[in-house]
Amino acid sequence: MRAKLAGWMFAGPALLALAVFFFVPVAAAFLLSLTDFDIYAVASRENVRFVGAENYLRLLQTPLFWKALGNTAFFVVIGVPLSVGTSLGTALLLDAAHAKLQGFFRTALFSPVVTTLVGVAVIWRYLLHTRYGLINHGLELLGLRPVDWLGDPRWAMPAIVLFAVWKSFGYNMIILLAALQTIPEELYEASRLEGASAVQQARMVTLPLIAPTLLLVSTLTMAGYFQLFAEPYVMTQGGPLQSTTSVLYFMYDEGFKWWNLGSASAVAFLLFAIILAVTAGQAAAARRLRWSEES
Amino acid sequence: MKRAAVHIALGVIALLTLAPILWMVSVSFMSPGEAAASPPPLLPREATLGNYRQLLAQAGMGRAFLNSALLATCAALLSLAFNVTAGYAFAKLHFTGRDRIFRGLLAALVIPGQVAMIPVFLMLKSAGLVNTYLGVLLPAMAQVPGIFLVRQYAVSVPDSLLEAARIDGAGEGRLFRSIVLPSLAPILVTLAVLSFLGSWNDFLWPLIVLADDRLYTLPVALASLTREHVPDSELMMAGSVITVLPVLALFLLLQRYYIRGLLAGSVKG
Repeated sequence: MRAKLAGWMFAGPALLALAVFFFVPVAAAFLLSLTDFDIYAVASRENVRFVGAENYLRLLQTPLFWKALGNTAFFVVIGVPLSVGTSLGTALLLDAAHAKLQGFFRTALFSPVVTTLVGVAVIWRYLLHTRYGLINHGLELLGLRPVDWLGDPRWAMPAIVLFAVWKSFGYNMIILLAALQTIPEELYEASRLEGASAVQQARMVTLPLIAPTLLLVSTLTMAGYFQLFAEPYVMTQGGPLQSTTSVLYFMYDEGFKWWNLGSASAVAFLLFAIILAVTAGQAAAARRLRWSEES
Repeated sequence: MKRAAVHIALGVIALLTLAPILWMVSVSFMSPGEAAASPPPLLPREATLGNYRQLLAQAGMGRAFLNSALLATCAALLSLAFNVTAGYAFAKLHFTGRDRIFRGLLAALVIPGQVAMIPVFLMLKSAGLVNTYLGVLLPAMAQVPGIFLVRQYAVSVPDSLLEAARIDGAGEGRLFRSIVLPSLAPILVTLAVLSFLGSWNDFLWPLIVLADDRLYTLPVALASLTREHVPDSELMMAGSVITVLPVLALFLLLQRYYIRGLLAGSVKG
């Protein structure tokens, strides 16, 4: 009895805070998305009208929303495999490194993760500068022609992908390295004794054992990459020609530049629905391939 | 032989990874306009602190630094106050619906935080808290990953220890202070570091809530600097150094705790 009361006393404040600042607002956001809440409603609540699914239907007819969705999809489809692939590659290298050097390299490769996104985005804006940037200078040394990274609609999103991979790969690298280190050495010994080559070993021992972790980090990374915002906000302001306007960027402009808060809430819910559908789809595919731990 | 190749590959990748950060530090000491040359210079001809002086005097970055430090410290303290008690309760105290509530919290992690932002903004606006420090801090007081982190660690506190103290007549509050908190010490450091860094690096929410540039945090101040004017790259790099280096230093100092938090959230999850 006493413990029960104590439980509520200890968990209560956090649960109350989560209810007030998360769960109720999420429900409110859904209701808001069914209204025409705009700048006039910010002044006086009497100006709010219930409009049903009108915000959603209008969004689906807004070319810029589709463009933002396409840009975000490009960022996810190219960025996530590139990021997770880099994480896996570096984790494998670290796993093979000498124990004394491993710590140093791990810290070095991980450091971009803890940096402030806005701060390093500013650096990359200059690294990607057409005339004075180090990246184009590097291309020049390789005999390639300079690229107008952030000024060319074809290159702006790939440049942001490059930056995002640099910023985030260390995170999954640490998790994959931990997974690699749980594989017992005996398994490798046994497969070597049976004459397995390095490639066979990777396919028969390493991959199956880290597959659940690989799936988990891919899913989490994907959910995170759908929430692209600060990179285009700082590096390109959504341009050029709206080629880097992401769904969240669109939501931010809709909500906090034009004060169409009803419509912006609808954007947030559509993004949520897309993330949910994609992650659920990935989980289902994994179950079919028997990759996840539950099966 | 194979190991040497591994080390060379890692060395090259580490250099490429650190290059942007090293270049930032180097350019921040260059004179105005010096970096805008082809080929781009790697080191300053003559190191100067001019950019830092100008940044602190004119661009309000000194104030932004203090805002960031204050908000991140408060965010870490609030996170400790709310998440530690809750994490302990979910691990060790039996109350009605506990496991169902906990599963519900974990399931809610699929909801992107941005969904709640607009109603929270309206709520804070009617409470007069938009454009205040409190407006930045309140929504992040309790966080599910923080509760989860503490719970996973608190599960390993032996029940016998708690029961013995209860039999000795210790109240739940004293029990928490004198037995639970000391045994949770390492995870408290982890939670504090993660919360501090999370608050320092946060961008979208302070951008929405703070309108007055005297209240800006470093990321918001830096972003507004890039969007409104087109200042010298040397000055901007000094701004980046002020923003990035403190958290990088904190990470290097408390790396062990940070990595523990990162792994606790993912490997078992």
